[in-house]
Amino acid sequence: MSADAKPTLYPRTPVYAIIGNPNCGKSTLFNALTGLKQKVGNYPGVTVEKKQGTTYSQHGQPLAVIDLPGTYSLAARSPDEAVTRDVLLGRRADTPTPDRIICLVDATNLERNLYLVHQVLDLGRPVILVLNMMDLAAAAGVNIRVARLEKELGIPVIPCEAVNGKGILQLKLAMSRPDLPLSRHAWDVPPAIAAAVAELQASLAANDGKPPLSARAEALLLLTDQDSVRVAGSTPLSARTAEILQAWQKRWEAEGMDWAGALVNSRYEAIGRLAAEVVQPGVMAGPTVSDRIDAVVTHPIWGWLVLVAVMTLLFVSIFTLAEYPMDWIGVQVAALAGWVRGVMPPGDLRDLITDGAIEGVGTIITFLPQILILFFFIGLLENTGYMARAAFIMDRLMSRVGLNGKSFIPLLSSYACAIPGIMATRTIEDPKDRLTTILVAPLMSCSARLPVYLLMIAALVPGDRVPLATKVGLMLLMYALGTGGAFGFAWLFKRTLLKGAPPLMIMELPPYRLPGLKDVAMHMVERAGLFLKRAGTIILGISIVLWFLSTFPRAPAGATSIQQVEYSIAGRAGHAIEPLIKPIGFDWRIGIGLISSFAAREVFVSSTAVVFSVENFDANHEHADIAPLRVALRNARWPDGRPLFTPLVCLSLMIYYVFAMQCMSTIAVVRRETNTWRWPIFQTAYMTGAAWILSFIVYQGGTALGF
Amino acid sequence: MPAEIKLSDLPVGASAVVRGYPKVGSAFLRLREMGLLPGTTVTLVRAAPMGDPLEIKVRGYHLTLRKSEADHVVVEANPSP
Repeated sequence: MSADAKPTLYPRTPVYAIIGNPNCGKSTLFNALTGLKQKVGNYPGVTVEKKQGTTYSQHGQPLAVIDLPGTYSLAARSPDEAVTRDVLLGRRADTPTPDRIICLVDATNLERNLYLVHQVLDLGRPVILVLNMMDLAAAAGVNIRVARLEKELGIPVIPCEAVNGKGILQLKLAMSRPDLPLSRHAWDVPPAIAAAVAELQASLAANDGKPPLSARAEALLLLTDQDSVRVAGSTPLSARTAEILQAWQKRWEAEGMDWAGALVNSRYEAIGRLAAEVVQPGVMAGPTVSDRIDAVVTHPIWGWLVLVAVMTLLFVSIFTLAEYPMDWIGVQVAALAGWVRGVMPPGDLRDLITDGAIEGVGTIITFLPQILILFFFIGLLENTGYMARAAFIMDRLMSRVGLNGKSFIPLLSSYACAIPGIMATRTIEDPKDRLTTILVAPLMSCSARLPVYLLMIAALVPGDRVPLATKVGLMLLMYALGTGGAFGFAWLFKRTLLKGAPPLMIMELPPYRLPGLKDVAMHMVERAGLFLKRAGTIILGISIVLWFLSTFPRAPAGATSIQQVEYSIAGRAGHAIEPLIKPIGFDWRIGIGLISSFAAREVFVSSTAVVFSVENFDANHEHADIAPLRVALRNARWPDGRPLFTPLVCLSLMIYYVFAMQCMSTIAVVRRETNTWRWPIFQTAYMTGAAWILSFIVYQGGTALGF
Repeated sequence: MPAEIKLSDLPVGASAVVRGYPKVGSAFLRLREMGLLPGTTVTLVRAAPMGDPLEIKVRGYHLTLRKSEADHVVVEANPSP
């Protein structure tokens, strides 16, 4: 399919794919080649990032470059790796088959990096080998005979230091060559397997329409791809080929032969021979800098202290640094709404724009600084190599609930905001682990819940009579509840719905490196852009819907804002759900708060101010004085005169907000990340269900006990 | 005396040569593809603060794996020359 689509998609533009192991500097090279001429999107049908860019040959001809997800092998284990394999093999109809392949390897660790190169050379397409981090290799005393390697493989080999741009020019010159040689490198398939490879190759060429050379590569891959990850968009095997494959596997199983292992072994033997000729290993002169850092960072005692210190720094910066831009954005959003009010004649359209679109989208954009800082830190942790250590330290704890260490950072990030947390789950290879992490991430108390907690604590305990410790204790209790809930549900899901093999923890601990700030910044901007694009459209839509719900039908002229709210669909819905929420202690006015705060949790505070008719309440201001609101809440009564916000109701409401899925942005992002509406709907149902049940237990239990 | 033990039983800091290896399981295929093969020298660098997973050094780089996998990899602690 892709061969037919190619000429129309990329007229005359040669397509290059960059491929390499994780941590070998692929993004840095991609950024160096394409600069800002990049496009980041998704492969249709899977949540794997698709990065494309353009660079120019020495003659000014545009060259398309695809940055494929990093992998150690073409035998895919995760959706990311499956995409890399399928693009290279031309199995994806949505992506042109690359004409030429740039293999990037880490020169400090040539042997293992060459395994992937070895598989790629089998594809029978022109390959340029780029040896990255030559400076670090030299510093470690590793000497690589580049000319010799070039001669042995028969392809261009380019030494490079992508971080400071060395070797990029030479790479571009090689990419500009009209004729790139095919590799001469030959290796011996173990004799016992050779017959199967030949048969599969013939069938792939005859029945699956594969070109003869890549048919051999694909045949070899089929034999190591034990549980090949099938992803949407990749073409399945023809029946005949599948039959041959199964017949051989059955036969080998009966003979007790380890065919996959034999193939890997013979590849490594060939690589070992090659490496012996071209690499002079460095003399081991004691522990490296990385070893010395790790002695502290993964130390049984210091390791925890470092982890706590790093995470504290992360959260302190999120909450302090983000405050100023958040205030500023809040003011700008309000100013924009004010400007629109000034230039447009009064009417529904004006209100729709100011109170619906600007207010709704503004609420989300206010969180952008936090999200940016979080992405910046995640990028920094990834680039320096600390992320892998955090996963290493936390793995044992995470394994108690059936997850692995890689779920730690996404869950932790969710304390600030679930959205970057959910987007950070892409580093988790196992699809079930990833989904579990996505499902429980919004239970971690995010910063949008803080205003609700603060308001309820203020209403619950008057500041002058109760010691500060009680308030802090209540706050911590809410965070503990959310965290406990997240782990509890993860445990439950991994045992029932998303049962799978225990997750693996086979992970490289890359050497520590100074982060490339440019790369971290680009990563941050790119992620934030994706968030705005992903969440923005849905949020705009839902904001407008929410505005309609609270505005129509119109109350008769002369109605106050509270009467208008009560008259609207939202108000009627509040009344309608009262029987549902009465058992947990809420009346219809709180119901309106619940409905409107579906836009974002902290909207509860401002909508409560409207419903309980607090005059001059400026919710847009960060340090809005909640004292008048507190008084209004304390004076609120049920129709029979009982106080509405008893301490028990405040507690019940806080617990409800700990668990309930009250965030349309999260739902939008989960929809995008899981590619189906099924999971966000399930997530909303289980979270809100758990919220109701727990609030019910607390409220009814508390009432029965006489509180 | 050559002694065959489990990789997970190797003392911290000790090196050994991989001897035995399970044939099936995606974990073991991936470990192989990462260069941990029969005949390869490995060094147990450390265990994580809570005792699991383990960090090993193989072919000049650092790799983690859980004890449950390391239990199945047989190594020879004092290979005869």
